[in-house]
Amino acid sequence: MIVRIGDNIISSLGFTTEENYQAVKSGRSGLKFYDAGTLGLPEAFTASLIDKQRLNENLTGLETDLEKASILSVISANNEAKIDLSSEKVLFIFSSTKGNVDLLESPSVGDSRGLFLWQSAQLIAGYFNNPNTPIVVSNACISGAAAQIAAMRELASGLYDYAVVIGADMLSKFIISGFQSFKALSPEPCRPFDADRTGLNLGEAAATIIYANKGFNPLAIQLLQGAIRNDATHISAPSRAGEGSYLALKNILQNIDKEQIAFVNAHGTATLYNDEMESIAIARAGLDTVPVNSLKAYFGHTLGAAGVLESIISMHALKDETIFPTLNFHSQDFENQLNIPIKIQKTNKKYLIKMLSGFGGVNAALIFEKS
Amino acid sequence: MQLFIKKHINLSFKKSAEITDFYRSLKIDYPKFFKMDNLSKLGFLASELIFKDEESRFVPREDLAIICFNRSSSLEADTLYQTTIQDNENYFPSPSVFVYTLPNIVAGEISIRNKLFGETSFYICKEFDEEQTFRTVNNAFQDQTTRSVLAAWVESFEEKQEVFMMLIETETSDIIFSIEKIKELFNN
Repeated sequence: MIVRIGDNIISSLGFTTEENYQAVKSGRSGLKFYDAGTLGLPEAFTASLIDKQRLNENLTGLETDLEKASILSVISANNEAKIDLSSEKVLFIFSSTKGNVDLLESPSVGDSRGLFLWQSAQLIAGYFNNPNTPIVVSNACISGAAAQIAAMRELASGLYDYAVVIGADMLSKFIISGFQSFKALSPEPCRPFDADRTGLNLGEAAATIIYANKGFNPLAIQLLQGAIRNDATHISAPSRAGEGSYLALKNILQNIDKEQIAFVNAHGTATLYNDEMESIAIARAGLDTVPVNSLKAYFGHTLGAAGVLESIISMHALKDETIFPTLNFHSQDFENQLNIPIKIQKTNKKYLIKMLSGFGGVNAALIFEKS
Repeated sequence: MQLFIKKHINLSFKKSAEITDFYRSLKIDYPKFFKMDNLSKLGFLASELIFKDEESRFVPREDLAIICFNRSSSLEADTLYQTTIQDNENYFPSPSVFVYTLPNIVAGEISIRNKLFGETSFYICKEFDEEQTFRTVNNAFQDQTTRSVLAAWVESFEEKQEVFMMLIETETSDIIFSIEKIKELFNN
């Protein structure tokens, strides 16, 4: 068990957790339509992009937007946590799916390109004069959950008192064209879990959670347990039986009173197969009566940031005794009917579950508790 | 918790063609191999050698975690994919290339081949780090289901194609899992 002592989200919906939380609460989406030519792409797309001008006004002189957003996010999270980030008792854990991959577009050679994920992590931890080698997690779209699990384990091993978990990804022609080639993108704002869902939208974000192994707990919320399991069926398609996702859920639900689960924040990308797979896994885990939501229609799929960002919004919702509806959801056509609220609801229950899945057959589940 | 290295293997190749030659020499019939990128091929081949004499191989199991590390993530596949989108006049983004632009696909390939439903994780480090390997593998056993870890350093970028893989278990065997031993075996 580890304790959240500070957090931040930088996204299209704002540069603080509070800005982002209030935007979600008022039902605002950061998704916008972008014409062909944006980011050099020959096709139009709908996505959630960070205000780069605001980003650069806040921090100058560093290599890339990804690193700037990450550093700003850590500064903001530590305004709340107020720990000495230069201490050897603090470990930085950086989660990113594609890092600075956009740098491949402009040809140059050598390590100075900043293409390596460990370079970004070193630059970010180095900005705060942290003496430890940062950990870099790159586990496709579950990276942000995998990084929090790594934080739990590192803090449990007793070497560190604090973990700074950063999830960040920026969009580029590389990433968007790849998802377009998979025919995974929806031309309009996505509709998670909806019978008429047409695919996902991508999003940019940097998000940070600072965890402690003990001590002051301002939100009174802790990360209790996390698990990662593989589908072992296909490298890019979700399991038809939801096997890995179900096993991850089963693992974190041991000794948990399901009656006390406030809600499940699913991956809910709004692709045909992901959402159906999750409906199967949720039902198999005996959670079909528990409210389920997805935040993808607010932020898009923010890749390596998603696990961190969506955990933050969900933790604050749990504290706020609130269950958010899934924006753009109207009706479901799953064989296993889920409880998917269409309006904001109140809850006084104490657990929240976060689910994520990704390429490579990976699935993660986290459980948080309000004390 | 005392852990043991049950098996280990080191492979390195100078060219992609050598990887395919090695596959052929093993007389394995697994056509999916030819669809894989070099990173996945390296991990796949090492895992074949590790698992080949394992009892009840292919029986689905959840208690084995795959923990991989490397320096360059999927930069080799990334560079290849970039050539398919660099020029809008000659633009042909391919899903079969794009899917390998994630380092953890190799762990997925090994899971599919061997029906492994346990944890799969991928970490990136500046260079092979026996201390981080030791710590991360030990930490993986904090998952109460995990009884074995297949740990791999698997790197394919520019001139370097190498894989170092260990099967680490709680069950007693001859080699004790330690930082010094990892370093020694990696440098063999």
